[in-house]
Amino acid sequence: MKDDGSSSSSIRIIGLGNELRGDDAVGLLAARRLRQAVGISVEVIETEMAGVDLIELMKGARVVILIDAARSGQNPGIIHRLDASDSPIGVQMCPHSSHALGISDALELARTMGVLPARVIVYGIEAGDTEAGQVLSVSVAKALDEVVGLVLQECEGAHA
Amino acid sequence: MPEETAQTRTIAVDMVARVEGEGALRVTVKGETVQEVELRIFEPPRFFEAFLRGRHYEEVPDIVARICGICPVAYQMSAVHALEQIFGLRVEGAIRDLRRLLYCGEWIESHALHVYMLQAPDFLGYDSAISMAKDHAAVVTRGLRLKKAGNAIMTLLGGRSVHPVSVKVGGFSRVPLRGELEGLKEELLWARDAAVETVRWVADFEYPDFALNYNYVALRHPDEYPVNEGWVAASSGLQISASEFERHFIEHQVAYSNALHCTLQGSPYLVGPLARLNVNQEDLTPLAKQVLTDRRIELPLRNPFHGIIARSVEILYALEESLRLMERYEAPPLSAVPITVRSGTGMACTEAPRGILYHRYVVDGDGVIREAKIIPPTSQNQSRIEQDLRLFMPRLLRLSDKEAALACERVIRCYDPCISCATHFLNLEIRRESIA
Repeated sequence: MKDDGSSSSSIRIIGLGNELRGDDAVGLLAARRLRQAVGISVEVIETEMAGVDLIELMKGARVVILIDAARSGQNPGIIHRLDASDSPIGVQMCPHSSHALGISDALELARTMGVLPARVIVYGIEAGDTEAGQVLSVSVAKALDEVVGLVLQECEGAHA
Repeated sequence: MPEETAQTRTIAVDMVARVEGEGALRVTVKGETVQEVELRIFEPPRFFEAFLRGRHYEEVPDIVARICGICPVAYQMSAVHALEQIFGLRVEGAIRDLRRLLYCGEWIESHALHVYMLQAPDFLGYDSAISMAKDHAAVVTRGLRLKKAGNAIMTLLGGRSVHPVSVKVGGFSRVPLRGELEGLKEELLWARDAAVETVRWVADFEYPDFALNYNYVALRHPDEYPVNEGWVAASSGLQISASEFERHFIEHQVAYSNALHCTLQGSPYLVGPLARLNVNQEDLTPLAKQVLTDRRIELPLRNPFHGIIARSVEILYALEESLRLMERYEAPPLSAVPITVRSGTGMACTEAPRGILYHRYVVDGDGVIREAKIIPPTSQNQSRIEQDLRLFMPRLLRLSDKEAALACERVIRCYDPCISCATHFLNLEIRRESIA
């Protein structure tokens, strides 16, 4: 994690994943690129943790955009956009991987505790190979370009 | 024997929820007899073993930290101790204390997560921490804050709270100033009191009557509750050094899983908080002993469901120990001991939150890893989990498939298996066959 996100920022991008697990790195890489592209009004966090720690990372933000690898059985590289602001995103999409509670569990816990930010958008990129030491697969690398563009648009919309 | 039609009944649950990562369990029951219990776990450590070969030793702490999102410090610590054994290095004084403090941070955050978010819902009758939070918001808030106290230690010493970057062979890339540690004190004092409350809280849960005879295996140290160092001690009497580990603890392949099962003298054994607490009970702090006495909890604990008590006691211990280490800390002149690279083989065991984590490395004269071997606690407990499920299953046979599956999940959760040190997807399947 590059920073702990303790400061209050109206829009916060959180990229999740594991740097050394192939396509599971896509959320981290997207956040890294977005850091260069967004202005100072948007805070960007790369994190290799998830689960309940996400509650802490979201604290103080009005809009949170989460980017993570997803697994729903579709082809690698497919991008899912899920709006968690008002209702659960379902449990099947984001893999539990090495994290105790999945993203959806953490979001629901935050909602129950009354600490979920007003707007939470989840971008899930369907992962293929997550074996240790692999680079991004071709289809997920392509999706990475696309998701960066989509999140930038999302930020513009959120500013408006 | 009355003649019955052969019949197979299958119970399947998509995933054992609230267990780190995923895996699969299959139970086959014939009539009233449990025939097979197969816990399938895939293990990334195996893939990482291959990935480590050919890497420079300096890269190892950063790589192994990514094996597990919950216990990165454990992987780093077993790695640096094993590598330091090769280089003939002994880390003492303030750097040793900082490592112990960092490890305490990991115990606190991992145990708090398990106690509050993963296992407490089982005892209070909820299907998840989310539903528990609706009725017990204050308790969940306490659990999250306790976990955060552990995270705070890891963030300060590790540079970031998951996958710390500052651990290196010989010490740290940077050490904190005394004042930085003092900044944590107030929160850790709160957390210590919260940990006392946690032990009292879990001590009052209702536990199934399920006492077993375990061979407990944990590190044992002459001066302290074991974290980074010690002999490998079993309640059966074995006491060996980490260098002898693979001679006594034998791994074998089972057909239904790509995880290796580990046995001691051919039998399953138990590692983790319950084993650690039982083997090292005299090294607990007076406060931890007092809280146990007040709640009439007598050690050794023989019931796997009491793992939540052991974890809670260790949260308290780790907080008291953190405060003690911070109190005596003075920043060392060097953040790391200088290293002279040499070839050799090194082995180390440290106490991960879930139990003994063994690493062995073979390094050449250029400091390049030629071989890596990692035996995580979960694969050591796997045979024992299966055995305990076999013993527990008879009392579940009258339940519906769904209830039986949920009860199996509750048993598995007692051991806090890190199935992600392992992999994705845990499917639970119970096959019931009537006697033909």
